[in-house]
Amino acid sequence: MSRYSKIFTKVFASLIFIALISFNNKSFAQDGEALYKANCANCHKPLVDFTGPALQGARKREPSPDWAYKWVNNVNTMLHTDPYAMALYAKFGSPMQQQNLTQAETKAILDWADNYKAPVAAPGAPGASGGGEDNSLLYGILTLILAVIALILLQINSSLRKLTDDKEGIVRSEPVPFYRNKTYLMLCVLVLFFIGGWFLINSAIGLGRMQGYQPVQPIYYSHKVHAGTNQISCLYCHGGAQDSKTAGIPSVNVCMNCHKAIKSYTGDPIVTEEGVSIDANAEIKKLYAYAGWNPDTKTYDHPGHPIEWVRIHNLPDHVYFNHSQHVKVGQQQCQTCHGPIQEESQVYQFAPLSMGWCINCHRTTKVNFYDSATGKGNKYYSIYEKFQNDIKDGKMDSVTVENIGGTECQKCHY
Amino acid sequence: MSKKYWQNFGERTQSEAYQESAKNEFKEELLPLEDLDEGLLNTKSPRRDFLKYLGFSTAAAAIAASCEMPVRKVVPYLHRPDDVIPGVPNYYASTYVNEGDAISVVVKQRDGRPIKIEGNELSSLTKGGTSAQAQASVLDLYDTTRLRYPMQNDGKDFKEVTTFDAFDKLVAADLAGIAGKAIVLLTSTIVSPTTKQIIADFLAKNPGSKHVQYDAASYSGILSANLATYGKQIIPSYRFDKAKVVVSLAADFLGTWISPVEFSSQYADSRRIKTDAPAMSRHIHFESNLSLTGSNADDRFTHKPSETGAVALALLAKLGGAVSAPSLNDALTKGIELAAASLSANKGAALVVSGSNDVNVQILINAINEAIGANGTTIDYATTVNYRQGVDADITKLVDDMNAGTIGALFVIAANPAYNYYDSKKFIDGIKKVPVTVSFNATMNETTELCKYVIPSHHWLESWGDAEPKTGYYSMIQPTINPLFKTRAFQTSLLKWSGNATDYETYFKTYWTAKLGGTADAYDTALQNGVVEPASTPAIGSATFSTAPVAAAASKLAAVKGGDIEVVLYQKISIGTGNQANNPWLQELPDPISKVTWDNYALISPALAKTLLGIDVLHNQRQGDKYEVTPEKPTISVTVNGIALELPALIIPGVHPNVIAVALGYGRQSITDPKRTEDYIGRAAAGAGQNAFPWVSFDGTGFAYDAIATAVETANTYPLAQTQVHGSSEHRPVVYETSLSSFIANPEAVLEEPTAERLKLLPFGSDSSNVAKSYRENATIYSKSNLERPGIKWGMSIDLNTCTGCSACVVACTAENNVSVVGKIQVQRAHEMHWLRIDRYFTGDMENPDVVFQPMLCQHCDNAPCENVCPVAATNHSSEGLNQMAYNRCIGTRYCANNCPFKVRRFNWLDFTGADSFPDNQKPLVGVDMNDVVMQMNDDLTRMVLNPDVTVRSRGVMEKCSFCVQRLQDSKLAAKKAEDPSMVRNVKVACAQACPSNCIVFGNVNDPESEVAKIRKEEHRNFYVLEQLHVLPNVNYMVKFKNTDRVVTNAKAEA
Repeated sequence: MSRYSKIFTKVFASLIFIALISFNNKSFAQDGEALYKANCANCHKPLVDFTGPALQGARKREPSPDWAYKWVNNVNTMLHTDPYAMALYAKFGSPMQQQNLTQAETKAILDWADNYKAPVAAPGAPGASGGGEDNSLLYGILTLILAVIALILLQINSSLRKLTDDKEGIVRSEPVPFYRNKTYLMLCVLVLFFIGGWFLINSAIGLGRMQGYQPVQPIYYSHKVHAGTNQISCLYCHGGAQDSKTAGIPSVNVCMNCHKAIKSYTGDPIVTEEGVSIDANAEIKKLYAYAGWNPDTKTYDHPGHPIEWVRIHNLPDHVYFNHSQHVKVGQQQCQTCHGPIQEESQVYQFAPLSMGWCINCHRTTKVNFYDSATGKGNKYYSIYEKFQNDIKDGKMDSVTVENIGGTECQKCHY
Repeated sequence: MSKKYWQNFGERTQSEAYQESAKNEFKEELLPLEDLDEGLLNTKSPRRDFLKYLGFSTAAAAIAASCEMPVRKVVPYLHRPDDVIPGVPNYYASTYVNEGDAISVVVKQRDGRPIKIEGNELSSLTKGGTSAQAQASVLDLYDTTRLRYPMQNDGKDFKEVTTFDAFDKLVAADLAGIAGKAIVLLTSTIVSPTTKQIIADFLAKNPGSKHVQYDAASYSGILSANLATYGKQIIPSYRFDKAKVVVSLAADFLGTWISPVEFSSQYADSRRIKTDAPAMSRHIHFESNLSLTGSNADDRFTHKPSETGAVALALLAKLGGAVSAPSLNDALTKGIELAAASLSANKGAALVVSGSNDVNVQILINAINEAIGANGTTIDYATTVNYRQGVDADITKLVDDMNAGTIGALFVIAANPAYNYYDSKKFIDGIKKVPVTVSFNATMNETTELCKYVIPSHHWLESWGDAEPKTGYYSMIQPTINPLFKTRAFQTSLLKWSGNATDYETYFKTYWTAKLGGTADAYDTALQNGVVEPASTPAIGSATFSTAPVAAAASKLAAVKGGDIEVVLYQKISIGTGNQANNPWLQELPDPISKVTWDNYALISPALAKTLLGIDVLHNQRQGDKYEVTPEKPTISVTVNGIALELPALIIPGVHPNVIAVALGYGRQSITDPKRTEDYIGRAAAGAGQNAFPWVSFDGTGFAYDAIATAVETANTYPLAQTQVHGSSEHRPVVYETSLSSFIANPEAVLEEPTAERLKLLPFGSDSSNVAKSYRENATIYSKSNLERPGIKWGMSIDLNTCTGCSACVVACTAENNVSVVGKIQVQRAHEMHWLRIDRYFTGDMENPDVVFQPMLCQHCDNAPCENVCPVAATNHSSEGLNQMAYNRCIGTRYCANNCPFKVRRFNWLDFTGADSFPDNQKPLVGVDMNDVVMQMNDDLTRMVLNPDVTVRSRGVMEKCSFCVQRLQDSKLAAKKAEDPSMVRNVKVACAQACPSNCIVFGNVNDPESEVAKIRKEEHRNFYVLEQLHVLPNVNYMVKFKNTDRVVTNAKAEA
């Protein structure tokens, strides 16, 4: 009984936790954080100077409390007129990119930064997953025991019958031992055939699929450090995901945007799954070698060359996949297909990338369908008049990707 | 004679062999299963063999499958350029230039590689149209025979000169030694103003030097005639859009004459039928062979080439000119009367053009145009064109000078007289007497291999530049890729050698920045738009005509004597004069009239075939079949001026009975060593046809492209790869045409037959309240929902009336969709892969038939016969009305192709594009099943032209037109991103984009605002091919019109 109550408590606690997070999302401070991440995080940190100055206490340092509000939207002019801005430019060496933020938004960001506290390294959080234990082993053992019992029972049955037959004087031929019994043998052959067939077909289907593929890369690049700890937006490096069919591997100059300033790694020690500890500073030096950058003189003083990464996600030539369709139009999270990338120190192929896997998602995912009454949703879908009417008449409640033809051959194969 | 439209003689006469071959559509041997059937199961060895094979293949598959997945590298940029997003194409405006042709284009560049040429819609000349040659020129960029570095001939062979500086010094040292002798720049027509400036500077720096422009297909006659009658050595702008009557004396203005793309657009504008007031221009054509333009004419008359002058004289006389009319045969006389009457009835809106290079004919044409008021109305003398500027006497004088030893240095730029000069031997002898010869040609052509120095120039896709096709109308060239090889713009060389240190790029930028008002913005805008045109269209100007030369010209023409058999030399729309002969796309493009690929041949009429070969294709079925069913054609030996060529005879109705027509541009061959042709000229050009340029003659003023000839039959045959009967519609009516007057009188008559067919079927619909809809839904084996098109329904409309058969769409489709080149041997076996073909039908009079062109592609039937026979559902229907083809699912049964009534499905018999995983596995097939040229298309360099958004199909799968689904998907994605449904209203698929006459319209039929939906409302002009089969095509065709007094109907022909 106590076990059940434990599970109950866990579920309840996580429900409350989720509810809290979702409520928090709407509060003001979170808004500031989101805005910060979207607009500032690539160059500013709340507590320390980075490519640009630290944000905490910015309004106190600046000439006037509302200077920041003017600054963010007028960088290009103030850079040449405002003495404080000119001093900052001299100190940091690169101009800030002009933003387009309202005063309220800027205030939200700076308020958040002012209240920001360095996160205390959280103790290993207990996994909130409770019910997902793998019971197949248990079932397997049970099946085996049951099968043995059944076999013994069958043997007992035949022995008993033999006894009664003897008693009743019915003469029967000598019973065949079970290992020579054709029924048993046939049964065994059939079972083996199906098990073998199942494995054969599955491995044949799996040919060329590389789920879990995790090759060694020329630089030990940790997504956990960049996307996890430092919260860099995926699109900062993989900008192609919203414009192009390929998400793109960032060119070396994108790395150098930050790594001109970040010369060393100061975070938690990085240890590979095999237990080898990684010298992150040596990896940064590798980057400098590729880029041709001399961190001492802060110049590009020798020829760079591009990094030959090992490609992890490979699709066959006859498959057309477009990132921007999924990221920009479909508003899918990167993690849906690429897994918890922010926790992976080395990227591996998370999804099977099989056709069935694609199709399953297309069957269930709803499109941002246009609602002619409220004007909400993607206006492109206004051409689907039939579905508009069906929704109005209550024949359907939502439109899935499959409904608009998302499972047809020539959506991906041409 | 029950059928009106026919593609070949067998179809016309319904001969036995034709019917047999129509049944055996795929022309393949069946597997010899009949022999095996008996006793297969009883014998022991086949079973054991079977087990052996089974075991082996299982083991092989297991080994192959256990191979590790290859490690693929992904290499990002070091510094990504701002304007490049990998995977997103960029488009750059540029200009296709070739000889004198200049077409404003937009180049699609994907990840740094140009992969497709599109027309530039900002150009008011071409209005977004292109030609087959322009479409194909992107493949020339990746030609494996392009020269890779500057070279010097040391007497035995060419050796690389490692740097440009070293090359400059070598040439400078040699030039210093020729003191006193002239330096001559021999070019094809230069349309670039900056280049002309640079040449002028060079000439000024080198006194005594001169510039000679030489056109392989000369327009010297027009230039000289205008000098004689108007005092200006120019070619005026012809305005076909302003003409209500066009009379052409063998000017192939829709195919090859002056500026066919521009003229096609104008011609289509004047002939497109408007619903409210049907009207179109009238086109009367006189010619000797059957040209593309002639086949589009409303009325067409044939004459011998020697009668060209007589026809012009007779026409001028009829129009009141002071010349005496010669006697002509009845048909021609009638034609001239008709032409004269039409012209006089439309004075001020009439135009006469002639394709003759005879200055006297052109003087008469000028006189005719004066008489009909064309000067200043349909002919614009104020805005002249620069497409061709070569004067024939200049080149002949140069060749004489070369032989006399007075030329010190010869610079050859984009010209190839060693191949296409009429007396090439004299040119070759001459060039050997020139001490310094430098070739700037990009490939090792016949002339280049005779030069001492070779400094290859860029391909136009790699270069900066400009063109001024028409005075005041500029078109810019900007590079779309870094030079692939160590090449240098010839302008840079000329600048260097005239002591100017700036390179051409800088020179070009300086020139245009200054010309456009000195601001960088204007320069950038010009490059971005690709065209700089006058702010307002200049008024059409006239010129003062002088009648003085007319009498002399007339008397000269009256004295012309003809022969019993005459040869006329013409250009094909694909190969032209032959400098793109090494382009496999163009070689495999079927000629619109003859439907032959990879060769030239002697085009003769059925009448001449009867006298010359003893083959009566019209009345003797046995002889006709023997001639027609095999690719092997009898050859004839034709002799002109003592030069004999043995050519296969191709019988085409509509050629004058005394005429043999032969195409120029074929028979490219290395001069120094014919064995080197493949390396020097290229694998596609090698062995394709024979060179007819030696038959050109020079009469003291201009080149003549016709001559008196003798011809005899030989005992030999030669195979021609002809595509015309590979897809047969088997008696079913597929085209509908009418004459303008009968359409106005009764618009319903033309489509009476399909309408009746449809009405006959409709009552079978179950729902009596809406039979049309219910019949559509009932008469299919699919469920009703299969016919639902909830969002988009893609549809195409093709206007047969404006389609000229120019075939730009065919090459555009090839480029866009990675369609394979299969080579001559495979075309002979009906294995060509074109997704879009242009069917050519003859109809009417045997001596002078009418021609209908019909672009035929997958009709994307909503009730498709191909879909329900596929055993693996590899072809099925989408909710947007596309007939989808999933290559990876196809197992190659070819049932679908068998069941397709339109014969548009193509099967990959071999691995044509190197899509298989094993390299070089086609090599053993070369020679037996494949041409070497297919290997050329497999080269890593050539494969750079492939469109990365389209799968490269492998051996054993079926393919067909996809309606450019990659473009449709792209347009939908753009529309979704912009949340704008109007962006999928009208989508330009590759064929529609390429079309110069804008006859293909594509879009979303469900959207009533789309162009195609609007067109489909016109019930009297739209029909669906084979509608009576209830296949519900998604492509509609518009009725063909002829503006003639003759009877044009679809009714079965009277005997």
